[in-house]
Amino acid sequence: MNSSLILSIITFVYGLAGFLYIFAWIFKKPAAGKLASWVAIIGLTGNTVGIILRWVESYRMGIGHAPFSNLYESLVFFAWTIALIYLVIERKAANRSIGAFTMPIAFLAMAYASLKTGISSEIQPLIPALKSNWLIAHVVTCFIGYAAFATSFGIGAMYLMKQGRDAEEVTWLDIAKPLTLFVFVLLFSRVLLVGNWAMAIIIALPLCLIFYLAVFLTRRMPADMKDRLLGVFPEAAILDELNYQVTLFGFLFLSIGIISGAVWANSAWGRYWGWDPKETWSLITWFIYATLLHARLMRGWRGRRIAYLSLVGFAAVLFTYFGVNLLPGLHSYGAFSQ
Amino acid sequence: MNSKQSTDDLSAIDRIWKSFASVKLTIALLLSLAATSIIGTLIPQNEAPGAYLQTFGETLYQIFSLLGLFDMYHSWWFRALILLLVVNIIVCSIDRLQATWKIIFARNPRFNITRYRQLKNKTEFNADGADASLIDRYLPVISRRFRYHRREETDQGFAIYAEKGRLTRLGVYVVHLSVVVLLIGGLIGSIFGFEGFVNLGPGDSASTIRLRHNNQILPLGFEIRCDDFKVEFYDTGAPKEFRSSLSILKEGKVVEQKDIIVNDPLRYEGISFFQSSYGNLPPNEVILNFTSQATGMIYSQKAAIGTPVVIPEDLGTFTLKQFTRQADFRGHNIGEAFIGVLTPQNSQPVDVTLPLKFPSFDKMRKGDVFIAIADFVPRYYTGLQVSRDPGVWVVYFGFILMIIGIYITFFMSHQQICVEVTPHDLKSQVMVAGTSNKNKMGMQKKVKQLAHQLANRASDNK
Repeated sequence: MNSSLILSIITFVYGLAGFLYIFAWIFKKPAAGKLASWVAIIGLTGNTVGIILRWVESYRMGIGHAPFSNLYESLVFFAWTIALIYLVIERKAANRSIGAFTMPIAFLAMAYASLKTGISSEIQPLIPALKSNWLIAHVVTCFIGYAAFATSFGIGAMYLMKQGRDAEEVTWLDIAKPLTLFVFVLLFSRVLLVGNWAMAIIIALPLCLIFYLAVFLTRRMPADMKDRLLGVFPEAAILDELNYQVTLFGFLFLSIGIISGAVWANSAWGRYWGWDPKETWSLITWFIYATLLHARLMRGWRGRRIAYLSLVGFAAVLFTYFGVNLLPGLHSYGAFSQ
Repeated sequence: MNSKQSTDDLSAIDRIWKSFASVKLTIALLLSLAATSIIGTLIPQNEAPGAYLQTFGETLYQIFSLLGLFDMYHSWWFRALILLLVVNIIVCSIDRLQATWKIIFARNPRFNITRYRQLKNKTEFNADGADASLIDRYLPVISRRFRYHRREETDQGFAIYAEKGRLTRLGVYVVHLSVVVLLIGGLIGSIFGFEGFVNLGPGDSASTIRLRHNNQILPLGFEIRCDDFKVEFYDTGAPKEFRSSLSILKEGKVVEQKDIIVNDPLRYEGISFFQSSYGNLPPNEVILNFTSQATGMIYSQKAAIGTPVVIPEDLGTFTLKQFTRQADFRGHNIGEAFIGVLTPQNSQPVDVTLPLKFPSFDKMRKGDVFIAIADFVPRYYTGLQVSRDPGVWVVYFGFILMIIGIYITFFMSHQQICVEVTPHDLKSQVMVAGTSNKNKMGMQKKVKQLAHQLANRASDNK
């Protein structure tokens, strides 16, 4: 039994957990929800074992290092952190519907790590730049931050579903929203899935259409059915508060992540900040979440606007994580191999 | 007239102050910084003008260049945005600190019983007993949880006030201060520091380096020598280690020696030398194979640049003259090559080109002897990043402040509670109410817990 095998099994375990959470939510089956929690716990345990085993295996191979050194390993850790943060929230909020929106993210991260061509799951020796004690501190803190923001993305989406359409919505927003969605989906299908823009459009268009079809159908849904679906969500105010708490947590860790990266950069390259694209994007992400916090704390923003900001923030996180590989820079370790 | 003018001036200053104290401005600045920063990640920064001209064409190049987009993080407008943000941060902080100063630094915190009675976040229960002894029983429970506490009489009975975390209200100012400290550190670095590089082959030394941003030469004040440089590779071909053995010399004497690798630089007199790159150097020594056309014999001989080698069978002498990165053959670039001179016994010297990529190239000359490079020891130079940044400790201090500040601001709060006991005959009504400046939901739980504990405490002692 090696770590790669365990981690591929965990992909399915997370997939099952996500499926059960969604099933329990849509069909209102608490038993399935309970099962989902257990499956998620098993997944998290297996994920932990997989990471530790991979660490041990690297030492057996004589190239011992913490398993945080390439895209595959970072995705595995990303999934681990999302699962952990979600399970903590589940305990605190005593509500399993959040699992339907967060566990699938953990599953997608693992599935992407295993299935995407160009992501090698082999244990590779460390290149000189990564041989540093800062590796663990930097990667772990960054990914705790990223995972918190992923969770906040899920909760933000739930909030927007729960609150539904804004009565006083302006027309230009009606046009701007689908356009923004299309641009983001296009960007991410280009970054994550295919190598050229034409294919990205072919993927992005139907995705957006499906999304808007779902929105349309939800609006046409009979009121009692809608109530049943959204009724199991936590109260809007609680979702808003949860989103805020998770964002705070993410912001603290993103800050520590950027700072540890700066200190590391100074000891490796002789400068703590060089406006390298990855550095810059992490700062952009930081600015977005700093905006969110100031808007909420000082201007009293709540609800929808905060939820939208957390969606945009997570898009910036994803771009920091993946999109930067399209741009020139020093952070090539986390990149796809050609 | 004069006095009117001065009040006008005051209100003008006031208005400027007010506009800088606005959080709307903060949000606008943060979002502008986020949005504009994207540009510099799409346009590669600080490249040669020619490369930009080729990519963007004449007109766009002029416009981008005017806007400073090729070095945008150092452009006047980006710096202006940062400066505005700093002014905004400072003004906001002073503005708000003035308002909260009295709350934060009051010697005796003020409690207002009606405020607590009106709080939504309160729990009430009945307890046996109707005297001050109830308060004495409650006090230890509360003092364990709250640093500051005192008891008072109220119009209805007795009350305990307690609070903790008053100073955590300063957390946000710590974060704001940290941003200012970071930027001051950066400024110190950019004024008093430098960033440069020097390339050294094994045995070479240098007393000057070249600056990165303007290519100027800067004297170090001492000599840096590379004693050795080694590259190691994994079996996969990926690099394993770059190691430069460096010596610092002052007046010809070695004063410091260290092997540096990536992530472990040499620091001397505030100047740091980082392992940053490496490259190929012309080999010093090669093994040459001389093949005699007459006998077919192959003679292997070591050769160094400038030293003539005598070829057996009286075929003459051969001298390596130089190494070139791009040799030319009938208009084609044939890559790295050695150029040498063959002087046969009884005829004119001829130039011989020996490309590293094509070992049998010299056969084409159809001479009496065919010369080929059989082997050579690769030589590398080490590329050192040389930098000096006296602001780095200020920046690190800012980093620590920021982490501590964010933790205090978001994960600690100023919590105040009030427990009021109102006697009714032999029983008392107890109210537990609490408030905090942050995490109100958490506080709600805390108040409930405390009330629960106090209620249990009362029944325990019965």
